Amino acid sequence: MYVIVVGGGKVGYYLTRELLAAGHELVLMEKDGRRARQISDEIGSIVLQRDGCEGKHLAEAGANRAAIVAAVTGDDEDNLVVCQMAKHHFDVPRTIARVNNPRNETLFRHLGVDEIISPTRMALAAIEQDIPVHELLHLAQLQGGELELLEAQIAEGSPAVGRHPSEIDLPEGCSLFVLIRGDSAQPVRPETIFQVGDKVLAISRTDCEVELHRQLIGTTPSEAAG
Amino acid sequence: MRAFIVGCGRVGAGLAEHLAQSGHEVTIIDTNSEAFNRLGADFPGRAIRGDGTDDDQLGRAGLEGADAFFALTEGDNRNILAAQLAAETFKVPKVVAKINDPVRAEAYAALGIATLCRTRLLVDALAVYLGLPADPGARGVSPATGPHHGVEPERQGRATVASGAEA
Repeated sequence: MYVIVVGGGKVGYYLTRELLAAGHELVLMEKDGRRARQISDEIGSIVLQRDGCEGKHLAEAGANRAAIVAAVTGDDEDNLVVCQMAKHHFDVPRTIARVNNPRNETLFRHLGVDEIISPTRMALAAIEQDIPVHELLHLAQLQGGELELLEAQIAEGSPAVGRHPSEIDLPEGCSLFVLIRGDSAQPVRPETIFQVGDKVLAISRTDCEVELHRQLIGTTPSEAAG
Repeated sequence: MRAFIVGCGRVGAGLAEHLAQSGHEVTIIDTNSEAFNRLGADFPGRAIRGDGTDDDQLGRAGLEGADAFFALTEGDNRNILAAQLAAETFKVPKVVAKINDPVRAEAYAALGIATLCRTRLLVDALAVYLGLPADPGARGVSPATGPHHGVEPERQGRATVASGAEA
């Protein structure tokens, strides 16, 4: 399968190596002379030192017989133009664009780019997995910082789900006092049963926060990170 | 008319002044606020520092409901992206992109964006000056010859039928 890769940055470089290793016929277009030479020194004479945005140069690279054009430069507008030119001017069946600004994803799809690769979104997703999403929200400090007003979101997996306040083992100096369910706030009563989606306002001594986290949210921040 | 111009170079600033003097409401956007020095001190329009290829910033600048959009930066591809945002996301009826690469200019006219190609314009002007035959396609703005890519011709047809039925 003949593939044209446009953009010889890190993404383009490693993509090219992988595709070559997989046995594909390939040309890498990189407009910067120094970068182009550097890559061809490393992986051979498959580098065309040309701007892939120029119709003339895409033609030179054989875009009309390419099965795939992958535009992976660091500039979204360049990647869009490469894909649109490939698709509409050279009838390339499959175009792939790297999209650096996640907000451009919808537009690019709408404009006919077949596949979108969003490194920004992928990095965000990976990082978010490592950061516990449900945290105690610090709303205010009281009594010169000894006490804190906190909000806990009761999520799936919280040990508090389905329990009455009395069944929750809270440390001294910690009290749950307001429940926000839907749009309404109500006091936490003995007969209250906590549900997924509830928000609970608590006042806690600063040193009880870890235990409060364990009871209302589940893991503690350090356990989640580990 | 409410007009938006992206890129306050000589062409952008010149068009902004011209439109404003003719009584139109003009907003001009550039990433570099020093570019606004090209505008006269009494320029009555709005000059906003911002990125014309960012839909959020275009929205905040009030592009929704504008009548015309001109992408006149020095970057062909930036102009192409900005123009397509204006046409597709903001549904601006009159969109022109300055595209200096003749191949790209022709390709995008076919994709529904009116284009202005400085290269063809100048080559034609000089050729005519030297007594060579003129290139009629090089004059002025090349109108869009195809539909916006996001709208397939077939779907466009259906949309017309549907709105006709409602009326």
